[in-house]
Amino acid sequence: MEEQDRILSEATSGEYKYGFVTDIETETIRKGLDENVVRTISEKKNEPQWMTDYRLKAFECWKDMAMPTWAHLDIPDINYQDIIYYAAPKQKDGPKSMDEVDPELIDTFNKLGIPLEEQLALAGVAVDAVMDSVSVKTTFKETLAEKGIIFCSFSEALQDHPELVKKYMGSVVPYKDNYFAALNAAVFSDGSFCYIPKGVRCPMELSTYFRINAANTGQFERTLIIADEGSYVSYLEGCTAPRRDENQLHAAVVEIVVHKDAEVKYSTVQNWYPGDKEGRGGIYNFVTKRGICQGDNAKLSWTQVETGSAITWKYPNCILLGDNSVGEFYSVALTNNYQQADTGTKMIHIGKNTRSRIVSKGISAGKSQNSYRGLVKVGKKAYNARNFSQCDSLLIGDKCGAHTFPYIEVTNKSSVVEHEATTSKIGEDQLFYCNQRGISTEDAVGLIVNGYAKEVLNKLPMEFAVEAQKLLSLSLEGSVG
Amino acid sequence: MLKINNLHAVVGDREILRGINLEVNAGEVHAIMGPNGSGKSTLASVLAGSDRYEVTEGTVTYNGKNLLDMSIEERACEGLFLGFQYPVEIPGVSMANFLRHAVDEQRKCRGEEPLSAAEFLKMMREKAKIVEIENKLTNRAVNEGFSGGEKKRNEIFQMAMLEPKLAILDETDSGLDIDALRIVATGVTKLKRPDNATIVITHYQRLLDYIVPDFVHVLYDGRIIKTAGKELAMELEEKGYDWLIKEYR
Repeated sequence: MEEQDRILSEATSGEYKYGFVTDIETETIRKGLDENVVRTISEKKNEPQWMTDYRLKAFECWKDMAMPTWAHLDIPDINYQDIIYYAAPKQKDGPKSMDEVDPELIDTFNKLGIPLEEQLALAGVAVDAVMDSVSVKTTFKETLAEKGIIFCSFSEALQDHPELVKKYMGSVVPYKDNYFAALNAAVFSDGSFCYIPKGVRCPMELSTYFRINAANTGQFERTLIIADEGSYVSYLEGCTAPRRDENQLHAAVVEIVVHKDAEVKYSTVQNWYPGDKEGRGGIYNFVTKRGICQGDNAKLSWTQVETGSAITWKYPNCILLGDNSVGEFYSVALTNNYQQADTGTKMIHIGKNTRSRIVSKGISAGKSQNSYRGLVKVGKKAYNARNFSQCDSLLIGDKCGAHTFPYIEVTNKSSVVEHEATTSKIGEDQLFYCNQRGISTEDAVGLIVNGYAKEVLNKLPMEFAVEAQKLLSLSLEGSVG
Repeated sequence: MLKINNLHAVVGDREILRGINLEVNAGEVHAIMGPNGSGKSTLASVLAGSDRYEVTEGTVTYNGKNLLDMSIEERACEGLFLGFQYPVEIPGVSMANFLRHAVDEQRKCRGEEPLSAAEFLKMMREKAKIVEIENKLTNRAVNEGFSGGEKKRNEIFQMAMLEPKLAILDETDSGLDIDALRIVATGVTKLKRPDNATIVITHYQRLLDYIVPDFVHVLYDGRIIKTAGKELAMELEEKGYDWLIKEYR
């Protein structure tokens, strides 16, 4: 047993590979949050008046709100006056060509495996790279524009397509929605914007890569995706941050509008700095993600692989308004050392014949706490609504925790809601079996965990599935001991 | 190849192996028989390196090296294979993927290049024939939903893939019907070479109709109390273990 504990702890104490800091001149504003800070951010972004007003309303609302405490998380007090709300790598405004992008930045993203030169990029993936508060570069913009697809940073969208932003922003996640959504609406600095016109199938994966670099800053990005009638897009976000002893706050909002007959696949590989083995440092990841299947036959699918962050609080949500619309949530959440995650989904069935499917795979190692929290709600008019939920937990070692909090509210008798849950442990027997065949314990844990998470990993776009597999094994390095 | 000298092992404060002596040379087949609880499976696990047991006394030399100093995977890479009595399930991990890892790791230890995907698949197809398993099985998750017989055949299939120098088969015959038994035993016989050795742990003589041992040992109360040729197995089948145990006492 001792041997197993040793191996377990080794396999889950792998080093974070993206903990470096880019030495680049950064423009920051003063610490703290008040009306002036909100105005300053809006000014820096050269925003129209309505946007400034929106931010200020959100800020007023936030001041009267309290941090949610219902999650199974132990969140230390956060001093919101001790955070810098805007930090931007100094560079010429909106670099148009690669020559204008600071080589340090190109280098940073190269190190992260995200080349910004289009000729070096992964075939078929367009990337919007965001560092701290601003978008650094969006690739393949022109290629996409030929099809009428708009893919750019949120700031650019606000300048170039204000009517679209005004129409949709806050329509799915209003600033009043929750504490972090309100905070985000007040101080968000950048993010990605994407519009797929009617009947267009986006020819490449769209991807946003978020990087926190500057110290003492928070990252508050906003993503808005609109899939017009009959369109299709697959979208992926990735994120990393330097290794630091203090905690950093990340509070993002993602809004997705899926019109009639359209489909959006949204995948996340979340690898923010998780903190060290003793639980020092790491990102607080408080994210509101919601999409609405606005029209009939719309489909929205969330896939997430969550391995990073000290604390994760996130519940990607599908509002199934259109008849026959479909919502899906596939999740692998891995926690190690002192990480905490409270994550899951909400499926809100409003339209007739709406269907949803939830597959959640939690993996807990070290002294971490991992909770699934999910709501399936079937409204009065959601005739023949159908939900299937499967929540599995895998425990590695005996000092971690796995919890499941399913909420089911059904007000239509013709609907069917199913929930299945399992809990298992990586057994000594499984490890011995693998070892006996010559497979090292670390590889064995990786193999077993990836096998366990396979159903979800298979939902990721090919290029990223491989990355995610490596990430799972890596995040568990040293956890078996 | 293998030399066990006065091996003692405990689990908790219970001594299970109480002075085992055994020598196995290349080209030999040894059968270890004995009543339930005599320590047969413990011996297999200790040789494979299971940390459930603690070795308190004695030495084990394997190919000139101190086996007890080696990790489980080092032993495997040195060609020691254990056919499990109860093979575990690994959900979501295909047999092919599992074996690919195992074969590559073992090749790496020997300083060999990993096999190409084509070479590996070809090897799998060939070896699958030895135990008459369908190729489909290699796409299924490790032992998941396998019948008892499939699990045991799968053990021999893995043995075929890994080409061990010393194979220890722990009650590979238990739970097999007569056809499966024949397939498993024939598989083992086909894999026999002058430079490898096999230790067959079994309850019943019937397996030894197919796998003919050079030596039969009877394990009782943590010690080998009798060693003889293959005729001993027949005698045990007829008379049981009691006469031997009496003799020993």
